[in-house]
Amino acid sequence: MTAAASAQHAAGTRLLLVDTRSDEIAESESSAIPRLLDARDLLVVNDAATLPASLVGFTACGEQLEIRLLEGPYQETTRAVLLGRGDYHIKTELRDPPPVLAPGDTIAVGPVTLQICAVSRLSPRLVELRWPLDLAARFVLLYRAGRPVQYSYVEQPLALWDVQTTFAARPWAVEMPSAARPLTGALLLALATRGVEVATLTHAAGLSSSGDAALDAALPLPERYDIPPATVRRIESTRARGGRVVAVGTSVVRALEDSALRHGVVRAGEASAELILDQDTTPRVVSGLLTGIHAPGESHYKLLAAFTRSATLARAAALAEGHGYRMHEFGDAALFLPDLLASGASAPRAA
Amino acid sequence: MNWADDTTVLITGGSRGLGLALAHELGERGARLALVSPHAGRLSAAAEQLSARGVRALTIRADVGDKEAIHRIVGQAQAVLGPIDVLVHNASTLGPTPLRSLLDTDCEDVTRALEVNLVGPFRLTKALAAGMLVRGRGLIAHISSDAAVESYPDWGAYGLSKAALDHLSRQWAAELSNTPVRVLSIDPGEMDTDMHRDALPGADPSTLLAPQLVARRIVRILENTARYPSGARVLATHAAEEVES
Repeated sequence: MTAAASAQHAAGTRLLLVDTRSDEIAESESSAIPRLLDARDLLVVNDAATLPASLVGFTACGEQLEIRLLEGPYQETTRAVLLGRGDYHIKTELRDPPPVLAPGDTIAVGPVTLQICAVSRLSPRLVELRWPLDLAARFVLLYRAGRPVQYSYVEQPLALWDVQTTFAARPWAVEMPSAARPLTGALLLALATRGVEVATLTHAAGLSSSGDAALDAALPLPERYDIPPATVRRIESTRARGGRVVAVGTSVVRALEDSALRHGVVRAGEASAELILDQDTTPRVVSGLLTGIHAPGESHYKLLAAFTRSATLARAAALAEGHGYRMHEFGDAALFLPDLLASGASAPRAA
Repeated sequence: MNWADDTTVLITGGSRGLGLALAHELGERGARLALVSPHAGRLSAAAEQLSARGVRALTIRADVGDKEAIHRIVGQAQAVLGPIDVLVHNASTLGPTPLRSLLDTDCEDVTRALEVNLVGPFRLTKALAAGMLVRGRGLIAHISSDAAVESYPDWGAYGLSKAALDHLSRQWAAELSNTPVRVLSIDPGEMDTDMHRDALPGADPSTLLAPQLVARRIVRILENTARYPSGARVLATHAAEEVES
């Protein structure tokens, strides 16, 4: 772990509690999560591992650029955002634009030449790259040449292990599903002891920022997800017993609600999430979520408005800011749930 | 349904000896396989041998003793094969051969034996066990040795790393006792392998077990883990009667 990440780890994670039914707000710590849930509830996590999605490439003229993949190279072509010279110490939005490239142009990454097969109308930074390799070889190259997407507020470069959740499995995410950071091994074992079920899905969490205003406004782009049959069964039994379905992270909310919107109920299998949640969305499956600290204007903040009255959400954001909650990927957390505080965390709750 | 049919297995040290024999046995039963070894030539030879018997395996060239390799190994494997259900810690190093007294063993060689035989397995399990926990299914098998229990002169670096590996197995089992993840340490017995020849060049091969036979015994154990308490140290010979009768 890097010094920066480990210092933040040692500092622990503060947890803002927002009861979305009573509109009460309280402060706690992430270690309290098992006590705030009970055996009727279900926690749904995104088990996507984080890819080393940032690659250094060179154009045919020898100009250096950074490729940030928008998705894992599971297909022969992969969407990516290109950034110009400079590194992560410069904020993404202040980075130089990449050299102007057109379909047919190539980018060399190590010994391999990728070809640009499409440039988006949305932004010249958004391209589609063709890999001249089979599936296994694409991942060999990526794990050899790639590094995790870095953040300008972290001094030391992040290693691949710094950006994994404890339960990361298939590498689908290009940035860490960071809402799961508070779920340490000890916390997972405490949840198991308390009888709180955990279920998984895999969601290809995309880039948080592209450095291009037009593109950033369109985020999140459609993202692939896969819901296992066992998770669908657990969601059904949780709802049948009056428990709460607690999503860990906005990516889990998006996958479950997208599936429910398509089919009326959550269905097992793969799809691409197109749904963007906001205050006009009525969640069909998810009762609430564990997430990072988000500010007005962010797409994550808009998603929270689907669960929380806007005045309450504004109060929570103001409190988080006033009390110095850390807002970034390695920051603090918030739990938005109905009946979180109303009758006391340990008291029995009306189903 | 066959247990291996719906199972993804990662085997370290999978390019020869017991690891390759395990790949044959599990692959023929339908398991999805990832084999890890630092030796490119041996890996491609292993993949060819397996494919001649209709078994497909993903090969990953990496040294489990290298910290930087761990997330690359689990990432490549799970990108292509999906979540790992079974992790077989089979890779190990003897340290320098001919084997030698601790008095003549370089400190760096002890460190290296621990990196490959103990710390590597710890890191790989750490990267995979919580995923197994939340998916509700997982098995971690540590390939041990009688050198973990007996202190044979000249087997110092290897023996102490294997004793520690046995304890690592018990430690994981204790911490994961409330979960569906199961952990075993398996002593395969003395086998006719390159590694054994490196350690004891003069040994009579007719007194040694064929790795193929031991692999069948170990698969029997992996298929029937419910018979053993998690954290147990299992002798592969105990599964012998059932396999060979």
